[in-house]
Parts: sequence; C-alpha cells; structure tokens
Amino acid sequence: MAILTHLPRQLLPTTPGRLFLLLPATTRAFSALSRPPPNYPGHVPLTTPERVLLGAGSALVCFFNPRRADLIAACGEATAVPYFIYRLRDAMLRDATGRRILRERPRITSKSLDLAQLRRLRDGSVGREYVRWLDRERVSPDTRSAVRYIDDPECAYVMQRYRECHDFYHALTGLPVVREGEVALKAFEFANTLIPMTGLSMFSVLTLKPRERRRMWATYFPWAVRNGLGAKEVINVYWEEELETDVDTLRSRLGIEMPPDMRSIRKAEKERQRREKEMMKGV
Amino acid sequence: MATRSLYRSAAAKRLFVAAPRCARLYSSGSSGSSNSNAADKETHFGFQTVKESLKASKVAEVFSSVAASYDTMNDVMSFGIHRLWKDHFVRSLDPGRKPGGQPLKILDVAGGTGDIAFRMLDNAAKVHHDFETSVIVADINGDMLREGEKRALAAGYLPSDRISFKVEDAETLNTIPSNSVDLYTISFGIRNVTRIQEALKSAHRVLKPGGVFACMEFSKVSPAPLDAIYQQYSFSVIPLMGQLVAGDRDSYQYLVESIKRFPSQQEFAQMIRDAGFLTAGRGYDELTFGVASIWKGIKPLEVKK
Repeated sequence: MAILTHLPRQLLPTTPGRLFLLLPATTRAFSALSRPPPNYPGHVPLTTPERVLLGAGSALVCFFNPRRADLIAACGEATAVPYFIYRLRDAMLRDATGRRILRERPRITSKSLDLAQLRRLRDGSVGREYVRWLDRERVSPDTRSAVRYIDDPECAYVMQRYRECHDFYHALTGLPVVREGEVALKAFEFANTLIPMTGLSMFSVLTLKPRERRRMWATYFPWAVRNGLGAKEVINVYWEEELETDVDTLRSRLGIEMPPDMRSIRKAEKERQRREKEMMKGV
Repeated sequence: MATRSLYRSAAAKRLFVAAPRCARLYSSGSSGSSNSNAADKETHFGFQTVKESLKASKVAEVFSSVAASYDTMNDVMSFGIHRLWKDHFVRSLDPGRKPGGQPLKILDVAGGTGDIAFRMLDNAAKVHHDFETSVIVADINGDMLREGEKRALAAGYLPSDRISFKVEDAETLNTIPSNSVDLYTISFGIRNVTRIQEALKSAHRVLKPGGVFACMEFSKVSPAPLDAIYQQYSFSVIPLMGQLVAGDRDSYQYLVESIKRFPSQQEFAQMIRDAGFLTAGRGYDELTFGVASIWKGIKPLEVKK
C-alpha cells in the first residue's frame, strides 16, 4: 500500500485506481504555522481540521444566508476533496473536448464575453439564448470568486470552470435565479457532476415556501435526477465554441430536456393568488 | 534586516498570500527585487515584503475592507475579551479633570471607530463630572473614521466639541501642534504603522512635557505551551472566521501575521524609552497571559537650566 501511494496517479490501474482518488493530493502533514508554498496564486493549503471547519461553517452560514456566494464557493471547495473533484477531473480527461478544455484552460469572465456581440447572434443560438436569459434575470456574467482551497492546480481549474459555467447551465435549462430555480439547478448539477456542495444545497429545500417545495418534489427533482444522470457531462461542453450552435441541437446532443418554465408557473400562481385575494376582499 | 530573515525562516515558507486586491498594488514580494530604488526601502506587511511607500496604502486597504464588520470580528476573534481590555485600559488611565486641574486634551491615534475615545469621554463625565475634556480621534483610514462618526452621532457625543475626527498619519501627525496633547493613546494600531519609531517620535513631539503616552497592543504570550495553542488558534481559526464572518480571509491573515511580527514587550518598551519617554518598572503590563499588553511612558518635563 505504501509503495502504491508513491506512484503517480496515471500509472495506477483503473478500477482499483479509483479507490486511490480517496487519498489527498499531498500526503505531507503540515500545520497552520508552516503551510507549504502555494501551488498557484491565491492558493491556501488547508489542514484537514481547517477544511472540516470551513466546510461545516460555510454550509451553516449559507443555509441561513444564501446570498453569501463567496461562502457557497468556499463550501464547494472544502467538500470537493478528497474524492469528488478528482472524479470530475477524470471525467473531463475521458472526453476529447474535456481534455482540450483542460489543456487550453479557457476562462469565462465579464471581460472575456462580448455581450453586445452575443446579442447580435441568431435567435435560438446558445449565445443569444444565454444573453436573453441574462437580460430576463437582470444579471451579468459577474466575476466568480477564485478557487483557493483546492490543492491540485488542475482540479482547482476544474472547480473554477464549473463555477464560471453555472450561468450557462441556467441558460441551457431555462431555470431562473430565484431560490427555487437555484435549488432545482443544483439538483441537476449534483446528479451530473457529483460535486458535494450541490448535494448539500438540497437542504435549502427546507427554506422554500410549501407550494414551492411541493413543486420541487413533484416536478423539478425528478426532472433533475432524470436529466442529470442521463445527460452527458455538462462540464465537458466547450461553451466558447458552442455560442453559435442551435441551443435545441445542443440540448439533444447532451440529452437534456427543458423543465417546465418556472417563471411562467410562478407568475400564473401569483396571478391566481392575487385574484383569490381580491375575491375574498369583495366577499 | 536581521529580524525579517529570522521570521522568514522560522515562520511559513509561503512567499505570496496574494489576493487579487493586493496583487494590484505591488509587483514583487520575494527577494527578487534587486533593482529597487535604494531610497525606497522594503518593510514587512505581515509575512510579505513590500516597499515602504506601499505599506501604508496596503494597510489602508485592509482596514477599508474590515471597517464595517470590525466590531463583530473583534468579538468573534477575542470572544468579547477585547471589551474588557479596553475598559481596563481606560480605567487605568482615568482621564478627566482632577480637582484643581484643567480639562484634558486627549489624542487617540488609530482610533477610527471610536472605541477608546467614547470610553475616555464617559470616564471623564461619570467619574470626574468633566464635560470639557476633549478627544481628537486620528486615523489614517477615512472609512474607519466615518464609522466612528456615525457611532458618535448615534450615541450623542456629536454634535459637540468633545470629540472630533481627523485623517492623520501616525508617523507625522501633521495638523497636531507640538506640545499640545495631555494624553496620547494608541490602541491596537501601532503594529500597522510602517515606521514605528517615527510614530513614537511624533507622539513625543505632540505631547506636552509631563504628558502621558499609552499604548495597548498584541504582544508575546508566555509560557511557551500556551503560546503554541495561541499561535495555532491565530493562524487557523482567525483567518477562517474572517472568511465566514467578513468574507475576507486575507485581511485577517495579514492581521495575525502583523501580530506575530510585532516586537516583544521588552523590545517595544526599549523603543519607547529610545523615543525619549520615561517608563516605570518594566514599562509594560500584560493582559490575558500576554495576548495584549499596555505600555505607558511619560514625556519628561523640560529641565530648567
């Protein structure tokens, strides 16, 4: 066993090799007072107790305050090791496009995407639908926080890529930025990428209104599980190259069906509630 | 400097704690800055090495980002004990007009949010029935001063001439006239000053002969086993709390590194004497096993020839 841990991962046999994904990337023990040098700018090597505290603490704060995007990110990073982020990276390595993404390491930032140019694209293209979704939800491709707590630089990039593509997943599925939409999308992401933080986000179902919760159990969770498990890995989509692709073509290529439009359902329900209230007032 | 290399080898081998925010301001933090201007010396910013001219702005950045959650973070980091320290600090100084004396002019440096200033005014008012003692709160960071002004307004100290807020660099204190201050206090601020000896010299300048210099700052914990626990707590828990509570790990990493960098109780007492102050006994009193200490000095009266 001791000999095998010193072999580079690539040389480990595939099936039992999967079990070695449970080993941390660095087996050197260190303390907070003598951290090893960073592997990339902004990297903070954490000890295991620190990682546990960060994961638990950030999850707790996020449950009560889901607007803390930086803590959602930190929770994702703290809980992604030992196994899950390596599994995701290996899923990228198994796919040709994924390998290209890992080689070229494209970044999606508010500067790298020209929104004006995307708006000029053909209706129904990925880029056009993405910008339409941004405008409908009144959000921007804001700069996501940089990954800091994942030791392996390649896995740090995988996490960064997942974070930056999140808005594209919104556009692909049409889910809105309200709490209900985010929970549904996180369920889909968990089924597809197996990142633990997305699974932990399922606890925020408890913070939804009863009607929303019923919709979640009846419609969106089954949709998320079905599509997340059945679809190809969305992490392997080279979004920068797919901007002009027809979005329905991309969906069928990936094996994703659109969920019922959440915004129109919510709007119809608000209308119904308003009408009921007026009727009650009239009585 | 010998001290810098000592810390560099003893502490983390890490050279960069570069957050995107900080990276904007300086380009080199390692020993590869051999072509730097001889006049622009280097100093420490936590465990990083930066040009002296940049340290003030980097410190200002840290405090701008922590200003809003400053008190919450202080409570979280020290489990509320910082309030006891500050109460003890002010009570031991007992500011206020003594019978037969004059109201005091107090200068509280790096006192942005007004913690110490409010306690001084309360002590003067409640213990000595003195509503004329005034405090000037000076800080290099406008955001902290704004926070202090807000609190002064809310608590009723403003509008009045008992308290005023000024942007000042502790090393120069440009708008404070010499020999004008009865009591100079600096609480948990002096470790952030680029050239501490300059700040001590400025303190000496603005104080009246017979005036009191009082400084409260983090210091070295003894005995050694307790220090080991304290260091672990500092470097593990505090940056984590900074991330969870304030969303800013790097500022709190800087804070704990700057605490470690600060001279020991004895060294700092000697620096105070070197600036021209008279100290009593060792020159300092420790609080909570040395987590914080209070140093006091008096500017000697002029020797009449």
